[in-house]
Amino acid sequence: MSGILRLDGLRKSFGSNEVLRGIDLTVQQGERIAILGASGSGKSTLLRCINFMEVPSAGTVTVAGTPVGEEARGGRCYRPAELARLRTRIGMIFQQFNLFPHMTALQNVAEGPLSVLGVGRAEAEARARQHLAKVGLAEKAEAYPARLSGGQQQRVAIARALAMEPEMLLFDEPTSALDPELVGEVLETILGLSREGRTMLLVTHELGFAFHFATRVIFLHEGMIHEEGTPEQVLKHPRQDRTRAFIGRHSTFAF
Amino acid sequence: MSYQWDFSPVWRNAGPLLEGLGNTLWLSGWSILLGLALGLGLALLRLSPSRIASVAALVVIEFYRNTPPLVHFFWIFFGLPILIGVSMSPFTAALLALSIQSGAFFAEIFRGGIVSIERGQWEAGRALGMSEARLMRRIILPQAVRRMIPPLMERSFELVKTTALAATLAYGELLYRAMVIASQTFRPLEIYTAVAVIFFSVLFLASLGMRRVEHVLRRGHR
Repeated sequence: MSGILRLDGLRKSFGSNEVLRGIDLTVQQGERIAILGASGSGKSTLLRCINFMEVPSAGTVTVAGTPVGEEARGGRCYRPAELARLRTRIGMIFQQFNLFPHMTALQNVAEGPLSVLGVGRAEAEARARQHLAKVGLAEKAEAYPARLSGGQQQRVAIARALAMEPEMLLFDEPTSALDPELVGEVLETILGLSREGRTMLLVTHELGFAFHFATRVIFLHEGMIHEEGTPEQVLKHPRQDRTRAFIGRHSTFAF
Repeated sequence: MSYQWDFSPVWRNAGPLLEGLGNTLWLSGWSILLGLALGLGLALLRLSPSRIASVAALVVIEFYRNTPPLVHFFWIFFGLPILIGVSMSPFTAALLALSIQSGAFFAEIFRGGIVSIERGQWEAGRALGMSEARLMRRIILPQAVRRMIPPLMERSFELVKTTALAATLAYGELLYRAMVIASQTFRPLEIYTAVAVIFFSVLFLASLGMRRVEHVLRRGHR
């Protein structure tokens, strides 16, 4: 089984700062992976390398059995059109939502199908309404992002990613920019998706959520996978000292 | 010392003056249009990943931003015929000089507007699989234009005043007509006062309109 996504020897440097130092990972269809780690451990960079928001410095990304890019002198070479096509198959949800402020919620969600997939307007809008309903925002279709709460904006962003009918979803700290009282609605929405058997990778600081959400937990330390396993193993019975210390620091107030 | 103001030559020559104003506006309008097109082109070159294109655009922009417009007028009208044997009408020369010069300023406004759009917007578009061209057209420019419109209008007002330099090429715009009438009537003080009043009225009305537009823009989605 080669999996829906495979990373081989993935490395990423920003200048002299090596953020990812050789990541090997295979993700099977339907897996839900929570990526944990201290800030600076490279977890967001790892996620962003999967859909090439960052271009890896070395290593390969293989999606559904096909390696992305071509081997060339001095590293792999990626054509913009190939990356654009790849990104239509991988949805991404950002920490800062990044909704398009000049479009209504409906237009935000319809934009991808309409202008990238070439779906007709009526069809794209019908689909957009379905996805907005799914994240519980059917009645906000005509609202502009500035009129929505952070939690609502993030749910629209999730609907926008879903509207592309992607093969996998990447969540980059989806609740970190939210007021505490708005975190719940977004986590509920994400949990709802996990019941549909979608392949998802999620970078988060919410350990409790990771426990309920994930089928596998990965703990990153200094750009390498330090420990991985089921949520039960990694979060309740960590084998590595660093993992244990990290979890200890994050559950001080759990009671 | 008491100067006897006499505005009757102005009223007698109202026809030619208004015709001059018409020419001023005609030259301004075309220069703005051509300047906007040139400016957008220069801005996109400036932002292109090609280093050569970017540096070439930068050289043009900085050259035209930092040299006096009168020199551009003379260079095109008197210089080109000598250098490469291309001579053109005063209107065409003025149009070229004005639109290239304002294109250089417009380019910086366009570029500034485009780069002012947050990184997250570019990433959100790319993450949906948009090509760079589509991203620019659907996501970046619609937002950037709202920020560009006030400085673009400001610069266009500047251009309208700069058209007066076309008088030096004997193009029959408002100032040139005024110079002719002043030399015939020996009433330069009154004639040039009238010119100032006409420019002021047109641009003041336009700036009232601009405030209205800015108000509408501010009322938008943000």
